[in-house]
Amino acid sequence: MGYRKVAIVGAGMTKFMRRALETPKELAWQAAKAALDAAEMKLAQVDCAVFGSAPDVFDGLHMKGEYLADGCGGWRKPYLRCYVGGGTGVFAIAQGWLHVASGMFDTCLVVCEEKMSSCLPHPQGAFLTIFDNFTEQPLKPNLLWIFALEQNRYMHTYGITQEEIALVSVKNKRNALGHPCAQLGAELTVKDVLASEVMAWPVLRLMVSPTSDGAAAVVLAAEHVAKRVTDKPVWIEGVGWCIDTTYWTNRDLCYPRYVERAARMAYAMAGIREPRKEINIAEPYDPFAYKELHHLEGLQLAPKGQAPKLLADGVFDRDGDLPVTPSGGLLGVGNPIAAAGTMKVCEVFWQLRGEAGARQVPGKPKRAVAQAWGDLMQMGTVVVVGV
Amino acid sequence: MNGEPKVARGTPLSGEDIAKGKAFLVPYTPRFRYAWDCGEAIGRYFAELKNGRLIARHCRRCGRVMIPPRMFCEVCFRPTDDWVYVKDTGRVNTFSLCYVSWDVRKLRKPEIPAVIEIDGASPGMGIMHLLGDIKPEDVYIGMRVRAVWKPPAKRTGSVTDILYFAPIAGGRRRKAAARRQKTLRKKR
Amino acid sequence: MKPTTNDTLRTWRDNIPVTALYTAGLGGTIFLQALKERGQLVGTRCPTCQRTYLPAQQFCERCFAELTEQVRVKSKGEVVSFTQAHYDRDDNRLPAPITVAAVRLDGADTVLIHYLLRTPKPRIGARVRVLLKPKAKRTGSILDIAGFVPA
Repeated sequence: MGYRKVAIVGAGMTKFMRRALETPKELAWQAAKAALDAAEMKLAQVDCAVFGSAPDVFDGLHMKGEYLADGCGGWRKPYLRCYVGGGTGVFAIAQGWLHVASGMFDTCLVVCEEKMSSCLPHPQGAFLTIFDNFTEQPLKPNLLWIFALEQNRYMHTYGITQEEIALVSVKNKRNALGHPCAQLGAELTVKDVLASEVMAWPVLRLMVSPTSDGAAAVVLAAEHVAKRVTDKPVWIEGVGWCIDTTYWTNRDLCYPRYVERAARMAYAMAGIREPRKEINIAEPYDPFAYKELHHLEGLQLAPKGQAPKLLADGVFDRDGDLPVTPSGGLLGVGNPIAAAGTMKVCEVFWQLRGEAGARQVPGKPKRAVAQAWGDLMQMGTVVVVGV
Repeated sequence: MNGEPKVARGTPLSGEDIAKGKAFLVPYTPRFRYAWDCGEAIGRYFAELKNGRLIARHCRRCGRVMIPPRMFCEVCFRPTDDWVYVKDTGRVNTFSLCYVSWDVRKLRKPEIPAVIEIDGASPGMGIMHLLGDIKPEDVYIGMRVRAVWKPPAKRTGSVTDILYFAPIAGGRRRKAAARRQKTLRKKR
Repeated sequence: MKPTTNDTLRTWRDNIPVTALYTAGLGGTIFLQALKERGQLVGTRCPTCQRTYLPAQQFCERCFAELTEQVRVKSKGEVVSFTQAHYDRDDNRLPAPITVAAVRLDGADTVLIHYLLRTPKPRIGARVRVLLKPKAKRTGSILDIAGFVPA
């Protein structure tokens, strides 16, 4: 197609936590430095920087991209900031990929960071304007509403129960126990999840990921550099992204068509015809427990309405046929909005190199997909990687 | 060396640390006040709401009757063509029972947001609003509802000129609603 | 009923209700702690780039190294630039103009911004010194410095 091969050669992240002492800039630097150190590269070898973070109003920093440039290696370099809600964490990798694949740059440092603890009384205050000013905000909505409305529609359409959805929280929080950066790793049962507080029925407290502070970063390199830097480059085989209309009340919420389109775009690039057979590990976006199932179906990794069944059968366990969210996901590791997706990319990078420690998926996984989602139930971003 | 983080950085700061003055903090409350321009479609939508009516827009190319109304069709990428009055009744497409406010205060009585497919608009054309005059355990997807309006003198030209949507008398209860009632009773 | 015309409903007014709470961070904490408790101006130094950052920073933006070497910067320095503001943030005229200066203190490679006091005729190149508030009034804020005054 006229573009170059690009690999991920290093990854790094900070702990995800409720509130960090570090400034956003320091968090970004910690993750970026960890990624560079892992790749045994110096800042001088980085040609450009791509950065992702949520709207300025979250941490009250105007021109946030500019403020954070120093911590992302952007000092006197070509620099791009992108944002598509929670989709950013994977979208930023796609943007970094474009920089290198185009031939304009040989290396790119991609950093995503979020500090949500600065927003009082609650980050939701910053989110209110995601709802339409005229037709929705006057009803004083809160963000839980749209997730709950979507979960209810999904459950209703396919006859899925809260028990089936609760299994996602159980799996992911257990997986997170093996992650050194996890905020909420825990050993839970389905009963524990179902007994947790009703936030906005059918969403229960243990089905919701936390708000977090944290950052994650990867180093991208063109083929000739990648082969010099490491003997185990993880190639970016496909990227895809797609957005749907903001008129979310005019769409059926039971299925994310925009995730399907983004996935097809990435699969086509990667030459994948049967995703369920050709993908060894999946890291779908899981801000809410039901979302993992919803997204697996959009990613064509489960037939519509069938993901819960496959989960119950153990197919998605770490030692199952298709491990899903071995990292522990947003539910277990944490959800700093832009950084969460990048955490998933870091995970598939480590998994394919056999470096995921206690979370390592058995066998020799060759291909993985990381997906993120954002905005008003709108944006799907997908990256396929392979060794 | 290559590998996952052996030392994960990041310094947690607890509420207690802050209370004990172990952190230097600076608060800042910007005054974000906005006057958003409605545009032609929403301006008319508001004016019709003040008169106790719902209005939609029609695109002749794809045939959709769209609510909320818009001056261009996002699917065909061309201007929409006609104003169409639609009914103030509809069917619940999905709903939730929310026990927390946006600033995370607990609510004893849940708010019931819903997506309501409006009669007269294209299938699946919903608007978000609240449900009322109904017990949480009795709400179900597919339920038929009607808008409950503020008295004319109190309307200002806003979506809140509709107080909420209430069930149309004679609607049936379904098994799902009863199952949910059991779950809810366990939690209270 | 006649079709409705809309002459009046043109805008919707509302606000975004947030308060930001900033932490000083690792570098900022070093700086503010020294300022509050000891009345000292502390920066950090990058040995590779030979640069001293004031206020203290956790890392060097140029080479990305972690900075652990703390440096006590002198309280005297030189005016690099200045301005006089006649309006406040909300566009109201100030009763008297406020002078703000960018000052490079001896030993630092970065400039510090603060009020320039007791200087009816500011001049680039002028020698100034930092005027601290008394310890009892210091809270761990950039305002623990009252401003720059002629040296």
